[in-house]
Amino acid sequence: MAEVILQAKHLGISFGGLKAVDDFNIEIRAGELMGLIGPNGAGKTTVFNLLTGVYTPTEGAFFLCGEKMNGKKTYQVVQAGIARTFQNIRLFKSMTVIENVMVAYGMSMKYKMPGALFRSRTYWREEAEYREKAMELLKIFGLEDKADFVADNLPYGQQRKLEIARALATGMKLLLLDEPAAGMNPTETADLLRCINVIREQFGIAILLIEHDMSLVMKICERIVVIDYGVTIATGLPEEIASNQRVITAYLGADEEEEGA
Amino acid sequence: MTVKVPKEKGKAIILNLIGVLILFLILVILNESGALSSYVSGVLMVCGIAIIMASSLNITVGYLGQIALGGCGFMAIGAYTAALITKAMEAGNILVGAGVPNTLRFLIGTIAGGILAAIFGILVGIPALRLRGDYLAIITLGFGEIIRVIIQNLKFAGGKGFSEGQAGQALVGINRLADIYVVFWIVVISVALLYTFIRSRYGRAIIAIRDDDIAAGASGLNTTFYKVLAFTVSAFFAGIAGGIFAHYIGSLNAATFGWLKSTEYVIMVVFGGMGSLTGSILAAIVLSALPELLRSFSEYRMLAYSVALVLVMIFKPTGLLGTYEFSLYRVLNRIFHEKKAGKKQEVK
Amino acid sequence: MGTQISIFIQQIINGLKIGSVYALVALGYTMVYGIIKLINFAHGDFIMVGSYVLLYTIPIMVAGGLPAWMAVILAILACSAVGITVEKVAYKPVREKGTKMSALITAIAMSLFLENLAQTLFGASPKSLSTIFNFPNLEVGSTKLNGNTLLTIAIGVAMMIALQLFVKKTKMGKAMRAVSEDGEAAILMGINKNRTISITFAIGSALAAVASLMYCASYPQATPTLGSMLGLKAFIAAVLGGIGIIPGAMLGGIIIGLVESLTKAYIGTLTGGVITSAFSDAIVFGILIIVLIVKPAGILGKNVGEKV
Repeated sequence: MAEVILQAKHLGISFGGLKAVDDFNIEIRAGELMGLIGPNGAGKTTVFNLLTGVYTPTEGAFFLCGEKMNGKKTYQVVQAGIARTFQNIRLFKSMTVIENVMVAYGMSMKYKMPGALFRSRTYWREEAEYREKAMELLKIFGLEDKADFVADNLPYGQQRKLEIARALATGMKLLLLDEPAAGMNPTETADLLRCINVIREQFGIAILLIEHDMSLVMKICERIVVIDYGVTIATGLPEEIASNQRVITAYLGADEEEEGA
Repeated sequence: MTVKVPKEKGKAIILNLIGVLILFLILVILNESGALSSYVSGVLMVCGIAIIMASSLNITVGYLGQIALGGCGFMAIGAYTAALITKAMEAGNILVGAGVPNTLRFLIGTIAGGILAAIFGILVGIPALRLRGDYLAIITLGFGEIIRVIIQNLKFAGGKGFSEGQAGQALVGINRLADIYVVFWIVVISVALLYTFIRSRYGRAIIAIRDDDIAAGASGLNTTFYKVLAFTVSAFFAGIAGGIFAHYIGSLNAATFGWLKSTEYVIMVVFGGMGSLTGSILAAIVLSALPELLRSFSEYRMLAYSVALVLVMIFKPTGLLGTYEFSLYRVLNRIFHEKKAGKKQEVK
Repeated sequence: MGTQISIFIQQIINGLKIGSVYALVALGYTMVYGIIKLINFAHGDFIMVGSYVLLYTIPIMVAGGLPAWMAVILAILACSAVGITVEKVAYKPVREKGTKMSALITAIAMSLFLENLAQTLFGASPKSLSTIFNFPNLEVGSTKLNGNTLLTIAIGVAMMIALQLFVKKTKMGKAMRAVSEDGEAAILMGINKNRTISITFAIGSALAAVASLMYCASYPQATPTLGSMLGLKAFIAAVLGGIGIIPGAMLGGIIIGLVESLTKAYIGTLTGGVITSAFSDAIVFGILIIVLIVKPAGILGKNVGEKV
């Protein structure tokens, strides 16, 4: 079996006595694509915020390749190997598409301040090298001819893709995608799926995905975790989840009131 | 491994060097021929100081996107440090006398002033940069005023300085060591360093934080570090500008380094364009020279600036030049290519 | 020993006096911040406007046989007009088009504008005002209390109570609170946001006018930069109490006033002459820095983080 990339044990956080996430357990292995689903306000994004150091867990712990990540700041978690995208796209709007990716490559570059100020050999070499790498990443997402566009001017679907490309440039082991298909039309969604498959093949990374589109989750995820009110209510294969009574209740409501999920 | 400087960039660097040399040559000719009165060279000196202040402040205000109103606090630290160091050297007969250029003392003092200002930049930046927006503006204003009040009340920084010092007085008797040629090169080097800084991974990180600091953190950037870095760079060059100022003007009064003066430099950055070094340079020159050229205007200067500032904010919130940068290479390239195109047409 | 206590009481009274001036000015900052999330840098300069209006209208009042303090009515009208104009002409267009940063720069620009306009119109040198109040001094035991000082404190307290009643009890006051809680929702509830903002500026500026009366009663001089430092300190008071919170501004104003008065009197002796009263401005800014670092939301405020 492949190496365990992410492991969360009894992870939880409370805000002023209110448990937003409670006893969250997960294990993701290399190459795996896992789905994290749940009704609105179930605490999915809070889980992401815990896993990326935006919040510090009040209970439990999580490990990346066995290394404890609790209490690390976001940038430290990212440098250790967990990258993410955001539900409401967060790009560097005034920068060009390729610069967005170059920012994330920044932490891999080795030239120091004197090198930057006096433009050392390493400066020129690394700047060229990573620009090339960034171009290759953009190619996967079909953004190569948009490289010099200002990010804010991209259409919505491409902004989402750019955000994923930027996350990939951090050289992570685990990628957290927060509703990557939100607001996309079916063609764009299909294209996104293709991209996700390509990056899985090329990078061999683990992916944890929050998604509202159930058919998409069922189609691509190998395993699924369902949370509701901050509590894990089911974990398993897509078909198990689809027939799980608690999940159906959580999504449809006990009194058969349908919720637009 | 062979260095691969892209051909275009290499050409641009050489062109810029030539451009700067031509400017220097013009300065030398004007100065040596006596066409440059001491008044005009004084104006040039003030322009040079303003260029360093505005373009370095642009790192914090433009590229990092945070208004800092304490710039003159750091300028004051640089000015007083530099002045006291050269005074001490002269009192102790260090690097003084025949064979030793005065400029050496000036440079040592000024660089030390920059370094001390940078150290204070770090000390102020770490707590201050936890805040942003209007709160950051006001806390930097507070720090700037504290620095000013403290300097004003230091015994050794008033009167003749050191043991003969008098709190609450102007520091007098600073040798006017600032030489126009040396200042020219300090300005050129400062601007060049600011440019290479902002066009590196450090600069990219700073701009990324301005655009979205949460996304910057999620891209692996230690946002606190880069914010403090930007602030420190601004402080360092403010210190350098202060050192030049001290050795140009000859006496220092802490009251001149108040927050209104800091605001004037912020105005230059905003006018020129937040995120354009070219804009800062142009605005620094125009706004420092204009009151001198139009003496009668100087009285209404701030009144006009404030109205213009509101208009700029309404019609072009990023400043007149936005993020545009002048490139000699690009301009020459265009002229050259147009000529070519023109010739081809003639042949037809 | 008796004189020691008497001096201490004098200092407290002085602190309360300047503190109530700060409090009234701080209220203006806080109300405007609450409603448009902008530090109105020009607010301090409204006090200056008030002082020049007083300078020129007090003689008219006196000539007309009216008490000098009635001039404050004209000052209130003038300051409110200036406040509303600044809002309409500068802040509103920038708010609609620009960023928070451009709004902040505009506020700084308006402050510079008012100060320099005053300098152009009235000259840079200070101009003396005639006497505003002439209240007999009170003697409590061995302590002499300045009548004008007590009156100033009384006016300050009265204004604060009036404002609190206005905000809590009247329809307009409720609208102001609604807009500052959630502007969009307030519009949906049928509140005229622009009118509410204008009225907020008018009230804030009116308080600044009253503050100028109180200030000039003790320091009867008008200068173009009168409002600059006074405004900054009042702003610090607003931050200290918790910006956007009306009782916070009052509390902050009184604290800053007391701290300033007591440090001026005692810091020299307490530190053995190392820190003298010349540092008092630095100490006030020091308070600001400590508050901003320890609890940026202020004494009465709640901390809120950014939603990711």
